[in-house]
Amino acid sequence: MIEVNGLTKGFGQGPVLNGIDLMIEPGERIVVIGPSGTGKSTLLRCLNFLDRPEAGTIRVGDLTVDAAKATKTQILALRRRTAFVFQNYALFANKTAQENITEALVTVQKKPRAEAEARANSILREIGLEEKSDSYPAALSGGQQQRVGIGRAMALDAQLMLFDEPTSALDPEWVGEVLDLMRRVAEQHQTMLIVTHEMQFAREIADRVIFMEGGRIVEQGPPEQIFDDPQDARTRTFLRRVR
Amino acid sequence: MRALDFDYMLGLVPVLLGYVPLTLGMALAGMALALVLASLLAVERVAKLPVLDPLVVLFISFFRGTPLLVQLFLFYYGLPQVMSFLTQINGVTAAIMGLTLHFSAYMAESIRAAITGVDRSQWEAAQAVGMTQSQMMARIVLPQAARIAAPTLVNYFIDMIKGTSLAFTLGVTEMMGATQKEAAGSFLYFEAFLVVALIYWIIVETLSFAQRGLEAHLNRAFTR
Repeated sequence: MIEVNGLTKGFGQGPVLNGIDLMIEPGERIVVIGPSGTGKSTLLRCLNFLDRPEAGTIRVGDLTVDAAKATKTQILALRRRTAFVFQNYALFANKTAQENITEALVTVQKKPRAEAEARANSILREIGLEEKSDSYPAALSGGQQQRVGIGRAMALDAQLMLFDEPTSALDPEWVGEVLDLMRRVAEQHQTMLIVTHEMQFAREIADRVIFMEGGRIVEQGPPEQIFDDPQDARTRTFLRRVR
Repeated sequence: MRALDFDYMLGLVPVLLGYVPLTLGMALAGMALALVLASLLAVERVAKLPVLDPLVVLFISFFRGTPLLVQLFLFYYGLPQVMSFLTQINGVTAAIMGLTLHFSAYMAESIRAAITGVDRSQWEAAQAVGMTQSQMMARIVLPQAARIAAPTLVNYFIDMIKGTSLAFTLGVTEMMGATQKEAAGSFLYFEAFLVVALIYWIIVETLSFAQRGLEAHLNRAFTR
């Protein structure tokens, strides 16, 4: 169970968050939509403290972090319960595809190297990149890099996977393979919080869709409700524009 | 003008080559220590720790702002007078110490620049998988900074090899000191110093050749 209460970010650069409340059930798949600059990515980045929220609490399992007085240790513990997929992939440039997956398993989770490699190899098979195991990110296509990015996140066995516009930086030809992989991750009952502009994908994969604007959750509900019968005028305006 | 004494020069080559291990040894030891010290200084400069930061700035400023020869004299002839436990310090140790401190100040600045040159997304990815600050530095940031800093660092190493010649002023008979002694015996100063110049030159050129291999190695992850 993941519970976010009154998450607020008002100062500094970028969009603000105005007291986000959010409950996420284990295995739930939530898609966040909304206009750009509205705080969707900031919400994700605040959940693992890549951006520091100023107030609010985040509870993941038995760990509760109060943003106002979060310690280094708590932030580290929170990050170790979450996994993050970046818009620009952010693969470790000095590591091969396999090493990108094993790195955190060995360095952070202290797993034996052989076990980490076995896990990485099984993930590389799953994401269809077995033969790219020894390739460095610079030698992979955008779609391949993002698949490794998702594989790296999968390996962490995190309680919550955060996807920050995972297909927005991709050439159109690679979008399909990344969305396919995300569907497969979803089938494994992984708890996912996804920011995306892929509306068709959102409708298909989400248990719940959240519409955000101005740093607030404006409206949320099952995809049929949000896409076919939105209650708020702002949601309707946004959906008209993206269709 | 008189003709060069080639026989003398040829005879001198093996004598001076015997001192190459000492010259390279001092440079390698100095470089290894300077790399460690410079990395620590650079990481501090990036993290800007309270209290420590002004001290690091002062250290870098002093060792960049004063001549290497002055620093060597300060360590070898000066320090033992005020710190009695240093009276046993020998010339080789003092030279390595001086080279280390002097070059670490320069290298810290280029490593610092290289660290800030590592893409922001690399830091964030390391944080996102739950690495501590030091894991992030050791595993992700510094290896990538090494690639950016490598050409400059090799240049400092070349400078350091040549810098070891100053150790003769501390009474160390290294390659330069040996040449000095040979020349004083034969009075063939031009020949002697020409030979030693050529030996330094060949060492540095060999290194420049190795540098290309090193850079290709460090770039392997970044080429398609």
